[in-house]
Amino acid sequence: MELRQHFLLGLACVALAACSSAVKLDTVPVEDKVGTTVQAPPTPPDKAPAAEATAREVKVVTPDANLQALAGPNGPRTVYFDYESFVIKPEFQPLLQAHANYLLAKKDRKLVIEGHTDERGGREYNLALGQKRADAVRRALQVLQVADGQMESVSYGKEKPAVVGGDEAAFAKNRRAELVYR
Amino acid sequence: MHMIRRRDCVASVLACGTGSLAWAQFRLEVNGVGLTQMPIAVLPLRGEETAPLKLSAVIDADLARSGRFSAVNGAGQSMDETSRPDIAFWRLKGADALVAGSLTRLSDGRFDLRYRLWDGVSGKDLGGQSYAVEAADLRLAAHRVADAVYEALTRERGVFSTRLAYVTKSGTRYTLWVADADGENARAALASPEPIISPAWSPNGGQLAYVSFESRKPVIYAHDVATGRRRLIANFRGSNSAPAWSPDGRTLAATLSREGGSQIFAIDTSSGEARRLTQSSGIDTEPAYSADGASLYFVSDRGGAPQIYRMPASGGTPERVTFSGSYNISPALSADGRWLAFVSRVSGAFKLHLMELASGSVTALTDTSADESPSFAPNSRLLVYATQIQGREALMSTTLDGQVKARLSGQGGEIREPDWGPFLK
Repeated sequence: MELRQHFLLGLACVALAACSSAVKLDTVPVEDKVGTTVQAPPTPPDKAPAAEATAREVKVVTPDANLQALAGPNGPRTVYFDYESFVIKPEFQPLLQAHANYLLAKKDRKLVIEGHTDERGGREYNLALGQKRADAVRRALQVLQVADGQMESVSYGKEKPAVVGGDEAAFAKNRRAELVYR
Repeated sequence: MHMIRRRDCVASVLACGTGSLAWAQFRLEVNGVGLTQMPIAVLPLRGEETAPLKLSAVIDADLARSGRFSAVNGAGQSMDETSRPDIAFWRLKGADALVAGSLTRLSDGRFDLRYRLWDGVSGKDLGGQSYAVEAADLRLAAHRVADAVYEALTRERGVFSTRLAYVTKSGTRYTLWVADADGENARAALASPEPIISPAWSPNGGQLAYVSFESRKPVIYAHDVATGRRRLIANFRGSNSAPAWSPDGRTLAATLSREGGSQIFAIDTSSGEARRLTQSSGIDTEPAYSADGASLYFVSDRGGAPQIYRMPASGGTPERVTFSGSYNISPALSADGRWLAFVSRVSGAFKLHLMELASGSVTALTDTSADESPSFAPNSRLLVYATQIQGREALMSTTLDGQVKARLSGQGGEIREPDWGPFLK
């Protein structure tokens, strides 16, 4: 239902785009037309079984580690990289573990890993560098047992910066891989 | 066969020093000394005020952009193609060549554009032509006059009537344009809410291959410019990018990540079959065929940093081509086989460089710091490239000695990814 709305929205965007153009963007696979900001609908966390507690018992509740680990699409989805580097820093291992857990639990979900770079350098070389970052994330998830068929790594190079700016603070936010569920 | 005397222009260039001269339609930068340019006067065409654009200014700007000519002001002189030039006057003005002509509206609504070229020293008639054109084709006719004048005076083919492709970004809207060689008269070939990069003209000038992100990943299309019909060339798993046509138009070299990493493949344009050409564990990208089709230049980080390599077009052992610097990308080869243009990072700045292939000698051509995407004019005499000027994206043309540069006009918004098309029949 919601997916269909997004699809129509996507179609509308494309139709709008085609108006002043000599060419209609009509040869694009339909399933790829959803807008970039679309996220998968939130997945309700698996409910913990209702406690069969007696009235006098007090049960301590701690945030469920499993729920956190299953955050998947709703948790953090961005891995940041150093300049000209495609090495995944240790601080992002928990993030990757969380997505791996989610993908292992939800075998029908597909993940697209989008690699990005900062604005310095050529467009095509940056595209290849972004691909290297996306591939590094894909390999890290493979090590965590995620099936290769659930993942695709692609690159946007420097074409889609997360923030605009010519300083290192902006560059650092743009050198990234985004994990996108479709 | 007539010889035109070339007057050495050192004095006049020294007089303006290093700076820019304002021309009718664009800014021309003339840097350095020792330029040999032929002084030429292009007079207003008689009757051109009836046209929607000033044709003599288009011709003048074309010739100036080539770097081979300097403009002589012929103000006050009124001539057309039937006149007899006042040679004493033009000798005094220092004009080695002279162009005059006329524009007349025909009864069917078209225009009759005529011109004649004279040697300004001897007064000799060097020929002329007439063109009957629709109003919409007047700019093209002016470019053809500039080509004919250029060819008569340099004995080389002019490129003013060829076409450029480039991409603009305006807000979140990306447009692929096909324009005249001066960037004007642009027509949209594709508009998309997602990025478009790396347009590449087919050898016959009929199609553009490019990378579009409209399906939220990089995919290669080939697009018939006249009909707008297009087809998917590469939509493999992962990224598909950096299309480059072989000179016979049968093969597109491209970078695919379908087997892991970014590697170069040869894609048969009729069957769509892709054959892997490079075998490295790192990045191999930006393939570019030599004009004879025998070699494929490309960028690889196999040595630890991006450098330009060359290998046989069917694959084989690569040899390294660039040695200085730690970041050399975006190879472009001239049609005459003499030159390799590329972008090199120097002290954090990205600058257009030119290598003479026979000697391996390299020169930097620009003072800008974000140069990208060089592409040769089909006569191997000019380069077009993208850069940033005062924080804004711009397209520039330059002579191969870097001494004459022009900022090309174009559509508003950010402008980038130029590719210079071939000669059209």
